Amino acid sequence: MSDQEKANTQTSRAPISQRGHLVKMPTNGTAIGALVTISIDGLEVKVPLGTTILEAAKQIGVKIPTLCYHEDLCIAGVCRICVVEVEGQRTLQAACAYPITSPLKIRTHTRKVRQARRRILDLLLSKHYGECYSCFRNGNCELQSLAADLGVDFFRFGHPDKPTSETDNSSYSVQRDMNKCILCRRCVRTCIDLQEVGVLEAVHRGDKTRISTFMDKPLAEVVCINCGQCINRCPTAALGAADPTDDVWRDIINPAKHVVIQTAPAPRAAIGECFGLAPGTPLTFEMNSALRAIGFDKVFDTNFTADLTIIEEGTELILRLHKALVEKQPVALPQFTSCSPGWVKYIEHFYPEMLPHMSSAKSPQQMFGSVIKTYYAKLHNLDPADIVTVALMPCSAKKFECNRPEMASSGYKDVDYGLVTRELAQMFKEAGIELPKMPKSDFDDPFGTATGSGVIFGATGGVMEAALRTVIELVSGLKVENLYDHANILPVRGFDGVRYVELTIPKVGPVPDLLKTNKHLPFDSWDWLAGATLKIAVAHGTANAKKVLEDIKAGGKLSECHFIEFMACPGGCLGGGGMPIPTSPAIRAARAKAIYAEDAAYEVRKSHENPAVIRLYNEFLTDGPNGHTAHHLLHTTYTPRGKYIA
Amino acid sequence: MNANRKGLVTFSTIDPDAALRAAVAKTRTEMIAEVTASKLKGRGGAGFPTGVKWNLAAAAKGDAKYVICNADEGEPGTFKDRVILSEVPDLVFAGMTIGGIAIGSAKGIVYLRGEYAYLRAQLEEALARRRAAGLLGPQILSKSVGFDIEIRMGSGAYVCGEETALIESLEGQRGEPRNRPPFPVDTGLGGQPTIVNNVETFACVAAIFAKGAAWFASIGTEKSTGPKLFSVSGDCANPGVYEFPMGITVAELLREVGGEDAKAVQIGGASGRCVPASEFARTISYEDISTGGSVMVFGPQRDMLAVAKNFMEFFVEESCGQCTPCREGNAKLLEGIEMLEEGRCSARYLDELLTLGEVMQNASKCGLGQSSPNAFLSIVSHFQDELMGRTHGPAR
Amino acid sequence: MLVTEQQRLKDDIGRWVQRYGAQRSALIPVLQEIQAKYSQVSEYAMQEAADHLGIHPVEVYSVVTFYAFLAEAYQGKFVIRLCRTISCDMAGKTRVARQLENDLGITFGQTTKDGKFTLEWANCIGMCDQGPALLVNDHVFTSVTSEKVHDILELCRKSFGPLAVHDNRHEEARQ
Repeated sequence: MSDQEKANTQTSRAPISQRGHLVKMPTNGTAIGALVTISIDGLEVKVPLGTTILEAAKQIGVKIPTLCYHEDLCIAGVCRICVVEVEGQRTLQAACAYPITSPLKIRTHTRKVRQARRRILDLLLSKHYGECYSCFRNGNCELQSLAADLGVDFFRFGHPDKPTSETDNSSYSVQRDMNKCILCRRCVRTCIDLQEVGVLEAVHRGDKTRISTFMDKPLAEVVCINCGQCINRCPTAALGAADPTDDVWRDIINPAKHVVIQTAPAPRAAIGECFGLAPGTPLTFEMNSALRAIGFDKVFDTNFTADLTIIEEGTELILRLHKALVEKQPVALPQFTSCSPGWVKYIEHFYPEMLPHMSSAKSPQQMFGSVIKTYYAKLHNLDPADIVTVALMPCSAKKFECNRPEMASSGYKDVDYGLVTRELAQMFKEAGIELPKMPKSDFDDPFGTATGSGVIFGATGGVMEAALRTVIELVSGLKVENLYDHANILPVRGFDGVRYVELTIPKVGPVPDLLKTNKHLPFDSWDWLAGATLKIAVAHGTANAKKVLEDIKAGGKLSECHFIEFMACPGGCLGGGGMPIPTSPAIRAARAKAIYAEDAAYEVRKSHENPAVIRLYNEFLTDGPNGHTAHHLLHTTYTPRGKYIA
Repeated sequence: MNANRKGLVTFSTIDPDAALRAAVAKTRTEMIAEVTASKLKGRGGAGFPTGVKWNLAAAAKGDAKYVICNADEGEPGTFKDRVILSEVPDLVFAGMTIGGIAIGSAKGIVYLRGEYAYLRAQLEEALARRRAAGLLGPQILSKSVGFDIEIRMGSGAYVCGEETALIESLEGQRGEPRNRPPFPVDTGLGGQPTIVNNVETFACVAAIFAKGAAWFASIGTEKSTGPKLFSVSGDCANPGVYEFPMGITVAELLREVGGEDAKAVQIGGASGRCVPASEFARTISYEDISTGGSVMVFGPQRDMLAVAKNFMEFFVEESCGQCTPCREGNAKLLEGIEMLEEGRCSARYLDELLTLGEVMQNASKCGLGQSSPNAFLSIVSHFQDELMGRTHGPAR
Repeated sequence: MLVTEQQRLKDDIGRWVQRYGAQRSALIPVLQEIQAKYSQVSEYAMQEAADHLGIHPVEVYSVVTFYAFLAEAYQGKFVIRLCRTISCDMAGKTRVARQLENDLGITFGQTTKDGKFTLEWANCIGMCDQGPALLVNDHVFTSVTSEKVHDILELCRKSFGPLAVHDNRHEEARQ
């Protein structure tokens, strides 16, 4: 059982029926009775009791088609595409939902099975409006490939010739076209069970059943956090992201516009998947060339502002700690990270009373936008009104974030467009660019120099690891490499939903110059931190975030934390709602591996050592981290939204 | 056993208190053995052996166990549970109490369909009487076993008669059937071992403990023991609830109710099958035509396509909508019936619909979808020439 | 909605949640109480119930739309549910239906302007031997003819007894 499955069965709010089988997996695989031998299409396989027919078939390479089944989600057993014949059973059984508890004889492609699968698919197609060639999932649609596999060559039960509902385009991030919905309910299980956000559910019944929001409101008016996890798990094009590529193209070809793009780390580790490469094939430098080829004026690395975020957020943490420990003032601790816009909207909706815990630091995307339209504009003598900032992100929520009204501290819209991995891949394809074959090139200066600490922002635990590298060095004056092999702070890595780590500050050194540029720094030595133990935690997926917040509210162990990293998406940014489809635990693990490999390849691996960051403070943010200018440009405020919908 | 007439015969002569006293004098194992010996099978229609079900639940491990009485009598043409609950509710409660003691459960729930809300007050009164008399509560008949019963109301959903949908509904969910296995006897209400039995089944249990398993098994046929209640409606002289031994032929039944000139009988409600006059010699029993007790009589003048349409309209609306074959399939069958009505259904497409019906029987998630095409399929197979080539549409 | 009425609804829901328990399994009983007293489960009521039970409003909406006896839109004081299943159909429900529509001036699925009557179809209500049958709220009428429709409606109009609101005797008995 994967961690995710375990988490599902332990904490699930889903109906028991959907939580997967409750048959206990044997801990000792060799114990008598723990294994059972079954036969699938005449092939024998020994599996632990409780294994589903689908899992058993996978083990021996028998492919059973599925639609509603998804590795990340609890079992539904509703589409019935995976039905198989089990000897002795009158009816066909759903392979995804049938736990093996006795020696079964299973046949996966008898006449009865094929007849059923084909009719079921025909029924789905009779309600699925749209033509494949006018669909953004063309070539990457599970319904389409199933139709190909089963040899659908006509519509046995008809095919709709007009839409029955309008697409919901209200959200900056997620769009819903229910004409394409096949009611597999993956989005429901994602939203309610995996993410515990609770925007989508099945409503009505019988042939009137459909997926909807509370009172059928548009997505923009409900508690959607824009994480886009539903998009990644939708088998068809019923869910998609709001696509700004037309606007981006328009600005690119406009000679009056200076179009710059910043690229986040996660998309680089995944965009290759859109070109047929295996997950976890980084194409960072090929992508730089391709971006210039399609007409971007400058290509920058979001890692630069990731490093900036670490400095700002880290300084804020130190100031909060000082206030609590030395000044004995009431201050909200633990401090929460604020770089995941899905997480930001989650806490605004569901825990508005805990917003004081949020770091006021903007996300790297937004910091970049305001730096470009101020510092960079000045540096290159450009009118900010003529600069278009595009952000390549793994994340559908970034589209909403850049449209927040408060995100205009440069005097202009800081980031004009949030573009996601899938959309950029589409732009490359449209331009005839074969990304994997592009020559490699570097990022543009002055924001090209990044550190590995910025790169690992893409994985869950990455922000925390980056922050720790910096905080430990700044406070102790010791090289973090001497404390941790290759500066890899392994305890914060991994995919466990909530991870808790304690670190004792070994010794204190002098307060570094970078911090001293802030004239209002309330201390001039680290003595007050000597021997302190830093308690930190990491959570990814909002269901886990909820656990952490509830624990804090209840005064549990996590309430003693000083700093907690939250990411809205399972796996962090590399599992973001703008990443290539499909997603699975294995795919996310491969992407994480690529990200950590990239980090290891950097020479400078700590944010505070990034020369471009130091230069920015020296030249522009002259009153230092958390100083007045930094506050104006790099920090933000939050809106207590609440979960009530007026 | 000579009960071929309207009204409750066997059940009205049973003393529920005597049944409960006889039951508590036995060990739990003996109680289940008694039920098993009676060869009682579920009276809701599926016909699962009650003794086996109880034995599984008794053996299953759980923090708590539940006894649920399925009083969500929604099958079209079925109303015998209403009559049992209004006339002899104590039999049902005694049967539930026996079930509770036998499997080691302290909590019973009657899931009463919303349409029967008018029965609730008198059922609550009956429960209060039983508590006062020490037949329910922490110490039943002064023994150290406790059991109590709560009534929960349905809210208008036929599918909640399916046992796992019923459990979902009790848990505050949409009434969507679960994947099985695991079965409720192992993983039922709140994930705990649960038995779900029909109202009539619990009444039978009381009868078995009052008169003995041997008496019960002596009625009916080898595989279908005991008396059975039938809800008779439609084109007959005397509709109502009848009690007959299992194994009665359709013809005999029709004679008793005054429906001899019927051209067809729908047995088992909308999810049952349509039996044409040529097959009236068949028997109603688990080995031949199995039923929860609904018998709808169609006279010679009835349009069988209209009958099929009424059933399909019912299923289109009452399908829970989660699985593809049932949600979409029923709508397609209804559409096909409308095509037949208007005389524009080709023989080839009708054939497609028959195959679709088979697929629904084979591949639907629960009993509702698996049985919803039955009426259509049997009506088409017996009355095809009545259905094809119509020259005028339906009267609207 | 008036503030006072919203407060009343809020208090009621709080009370019902206390009675049935603050867990998901209490959802349907709580919704049934809301429906009975307020003739609908309003948007506000759904959010309030969701909040009390620690679930999402959309889950409540999902449940309300699933069950025929729960309605998000206002239903009349008297909800008339005429059985349309085959036995009642053969017994002549069509003419009863027509007469109900004529006398109330609405079609099935609608509520009269004065908010008194809602007309709904029901699937088999278990009165097949005495059809056509209909329910008025929790009360059953059998062997209804088109002639009798007028009498039933008049009975409703004049009655503010057990027919008018749901039967809450057992509710009071438990308090």
